[in-house]
Amino acid sequence: MEIPYTVSTRPDTGLWNAKIGIWLFLASEVMLFGALFSAYIFLRIDAAPGTWPHGLLNVPVGTMNTAILILSSVTVVLAWAALKMRRYRAYWWYMLATITCGVIFLTVKLAYEWPQKFEHFGAYIKPDALAKYEKYLGNERRLEKGLEPRIEITGHLHSQNATEYEVALDPVNAEPDNPQMDRPHFIPMPVTDKIATIEKADVQRATMFLPTHSAYFASYFTITGLHGLHVLGGVLVFTYMWLPVSKKLYQRNPEHLANRVEVSGLFWHFVDLVWIFVFPLFYLL
Amino acid sequence: MNNPPDISQDPKEYEEYAHGIQKHVRAYLMVGALLLAFTVITVALSYVHFGTDKANIAIAMLVATLKAGAVAAVFMHLAAEKRLIYRILIFTGFFVMGLFWLILLAWYDYPIFH
Repeated sequence: MEIPYTVSTRPDTGLWNAKIGIWLFLASEVMLFGALFSAYIFLRIDAAPGTWPHGLLNVPVGTMNTAILILSSVTVVLAWAALKMRRYRAYWWYMLATITCGVIFLTVKLAYEWPQKFEHFGAYIKPDALAKYEKYLGNERRLEKGLEPRIEITGHLHSQNATEYEVALDPVNAEPDNPQMDRPHFIPMPVTDKIATIEKADVQRATMFLPTHSAYFASYFTITGLHGLHVLGGVLVFTYMWLPVSKKLYQRNPEHLANRVEVSGLFWHFVDLVWIFVFPLFYLL
Repeated sequence: MNNPPDISQDPKEYEEYAHGIQKHVRAYLMVGALLLAFTVITVALSYVHFGTDKANIAIAMLVATLKAGAVAAVFMHLAAEKRLIYRILIFTGFFVMGLFWLILLAWYDYPIFH
């Protein structure tokens, strides 16, 4: 059976059907991500002072990934425009560039950014023990300056026994009174070789940087994970359209392939659009 | 900006048609460059302290909204789309505003909020 209105427009809507389909799907996607973003706002405005982390993500890497996603949005419209001009060769190359960008984005996320977090350790100190760790927290100075208190000590977990953690400190805890540590740095600073001993009895909770660490990381992994799944889905669809099987469709009905590329491109731009909000919210603010 | 016209079967008209697409391609490249520039601006602005954190968040979200608007208008062809698509999106906008309105309700209703 021939599916109607894949190329020609339906008289009553003035559109070919897949275009309405993808926009209805994107409408549901707006609700899905909208729910997660509103949950993020909800968690953030209710976070007690000092519990919403700043500067824990790698900004240069995040910026690069943002640029890669924008670039892939450009290459996918160029791929579509090439098909519209019936230049299959150019289409093929632009599509390959788009797929490559998607794969790079995912690789950076899954092979570099996430594992780096999984290796990082943080211990929230009990309120009555904060004074004991003042040399790592620098809260006296922060109180004077009107800054939020620090309640967590972070770094690499060196070793632990039944009663203590030994942590190679992040610069922010190694030099807590240095004014340069008041705001996050663009280039992430490596863990220092200064070791702190934290008694387990003084710790409220201690975890690696996993979703369980904080509302911040829970929302970070949920939203970037769901976004990553969307990138993966886009890459799979684009790969299908790039393989020889789609050339057959092109030879039979080039406009049909162009329309397929247009709707999957619309999805891809939406994924880019979500990232435009994810990047500043989690990496920068 | 209008969407590219549908392809003509007449080879004479194809030249004109391809020229029309080329104009769109130039727009896509310009918007791409603009988005990259605004990404750098977003990062740079986050290292400028605008008095309060709230001000920084507001400015970053304003820039992000501008970028998202450019993606939607040009890459997603929303600058010139059929009425039905706009109708779908008006509904979506309405319901997504409802989602964010829930936060506002909780904010005023729930005594532990500061």
